[in-house]
Amino acid sequence: MSLRKESLRAQSGPYFGGFGGRFVPESLVAALDELTAEYELAKNDPAFAAALMELNVNYAGRPSIITEVPRFAEYAGGGRIILKREDLNHTGSHKINNALGQALLTKRIGKTRVIAETGAGQHGVATATVAALFGLECVVYMGEVDTERQALNVARMRLLGAEVVPVKTGSRTLKDAINDAMRDWVTNVETTNYIFGTVAGPHPFPAMVRDFQKIIGEEARQQVLDLTGSLPDAVTACVGGGSNAMGIFHAFLDDPDVALFGYEAAGDGIDTPRHAATITKGRPGVLHGARSMLLQDEDGQTIDSHSISAGLDYPGVGPEHAWLASIGRATYLPISDDEAMSALRLLSRTEGIIPAIESSHALAGTLELGRALGPEATILVNLSGRGDKDMETAGRYFDLLDEGADQS
Amino acid sequence: MTTPVFRHGTTSGMVSSVEQTIARRRTEGGGALIGYLPVGFPTLNESIDAAVALVANGVDIIELGLPYSDPVMDGPVIQAATQQALANGFKLRHGFEAIRAITEQVDAPVLVMTYWNPVVQYGAERFADDLRAAGGAGLITPDLIPDEAADWMAASERTGLDRVFLAAPSSSDARLVQAIEASRGFVYTVSTMGTTGARAGVDAAARILVERLRAAGCTSACVGLGISTPEQVREILGYADGAIVGSALVKALTDGGVPAVARLALELAAGANDIRPPSPPR
Repeated sequence: MSLRKESLRAQSGPYFGGFGGRFVPESLVAALDELTAEYELAKNDPAFAAALMELNVNYAGRPSIITEVPRFAEYAGGGRIILKREDLNHTGSHKINNALGQALLTKRIGKTRVIAETGAGQHGVATATVAALFGLECVVYMGEVDTERQALNVARMRLLGAEVVPVKTGSRTLKDAINDAMRDWVTNVETTNYIFGTVAGPHPFPAMVRDFQKIIGEEARQQVLDLTGSLPDAVTACVGGGSNAMGIFHAFLDDPDVALFGYEAAGDGIDTPRHAATITKGRPGVLHGARSMLLQDEDGQTIDSHSISAGLDYPGVGPEHAWLASIGRATYLPISDDEAMSALRLLSRTEGIIPAIESSHALAGTLELGRALGPEATILVNLSGRGDKDMETAGRYFDLLDEGADQS
Repeated sequence: MTTPVFRHGTTSGMVSSVEQTIARRRTEGGGALIGYLPVGFPTLNESIDAAVALVANGVDIIELGLPYSDPVMDGPVIQAATQQALANGFKLRHGFEAIRAITEQVDAPVLVMTYWNPVVQYGAERFADDLRAAGGAGLITPDLIPDEAADWMAASERTGLDRVFLAAPSSSDARLVQAIEASRGFVYTVSTMGTTGARAGVDAAARILVERLRAAGCTSACVGLGISTPEQVREILGYADGAIVGSALVKALTDGGVPAVARLALELAAGANDIRPPSPPR
């Protein structure tokens, strides 16, 4: 008798191999237990699934389409490149999938206030959006550095009625925003639910956020089958905390012939101190409630990450990614700021689609991967967000803003 | 000399100096005053001097904080101090140096308050050995719950170090029992839902939580978070075994250096005496 190999898709936390868990102050355990219990009930409640699907379809615009990009593919080895268009969702990225799910859960639990952390502002905007939709009070913590480089998203959140708190401690980026959101939650847990934005953090967040995002891969897997008649050879996504990547990877975990590639932000380069390539350059440790891979010094102090993309500028990563890397199911590679920006321009010029800088890391990785796989390959790329929010950064990077602007 | 009085959880055949100190304070008719200061703030030497001054002025147990990059349980005062210590170049070895320097000068037990990742990276067993060699009494672990603490339970068991876990107003009865059974030294009773920092009034929640802990069999409950005045110390020691003061001392150190810390410690210590008539050891 041979044992059937356990499905890689069946993992539901708290542990993913040796990663995950709950490294949190005792004060939060009751809230995490409540959230876990309520989520387990909701997961098995057809009414919850129906309500979420109704919102996904009639509010977020799901299913998101796929778009084949042949002109871009010419630069990527000449195979077939197919984009999963999460950029077309309401609010401009995949983040709405999770925010809707957790907002529904918040209503179910009966809490009236939600908090969130945000890096690029996409999760903050998504949370502010669902808070407006559901009539919830909303406070978003955002590193001061990020409020400056993503000023438009700050305005969007405020317009939606959320309070945006610029976080001035530590590196003043996403990791510090998470710290302050945790402090808020510890203090206000009786009335407040923490709508965590990525597949990191303490259980149940990694599994729950993945579950709300896995619709990306479930749709895309069928869409690619319908379009090409077979599964793609590879699926690619950018990885900061890793929610869009888990979202598109999950449906393919048990398809051994589909290679999975996550692209981390290499900033100025992984041989410099200025990067956010957590799996490439980090080692196991505990941050923000979970054991995972982490950029840290020999004393276990978190090292500040750097990336041109605020959404990938995070020294940690979700525990399920750390596990997939450890067992070799997914491969994680670094993409520099320059490579990402170059891919951003290439997709804009060849296909008329301006991607988010985050997603451009996946595109840059796909260019290399496509060349390696050759013209017979089909690659599915998660285009996790649109680039509107990045126009100031891109404008400065490509010198597009003043008289001397580069028109080439 | 000192009679073994009570024990939390399992022991390694030795009575913790923290438990002895708490018991002694009770027989004296007072309660234990526990003072928190971070290592390396404003400088390594001043942090050592300040800790010594705490004990010289009536603090019974030192809680020595190891600065950490992501201190989610700390409010603004302690965050600012530990961030400065890190900016000044704090390393874990400075923590062990400080413990050694303090315990060479004073008899009070020194518990180390640390977030968990530095211990993971150092190695729990190695950390326990070096902590014990430096004269430390054990660890207070604000982001390590007993559920995740197998490595630390083993290392502390082997070395006889104290392990102080937290109990919160939101903890279920079952979790209180778990905290009591896992802890040795005392159970850190979180007075209020929140982070560290002085508050005008200490929640009624603290008294209720201590009562719940007592009902669950706890013989050593020390209350922390938000305590800054001798009056609050006195109030808490009316029902708890110890009172923990942190941010107020750090603020005194920030504003007035070691002399200010010494003055505040002396005032706070007055609140920890004459709580009840002295009693013979149990």
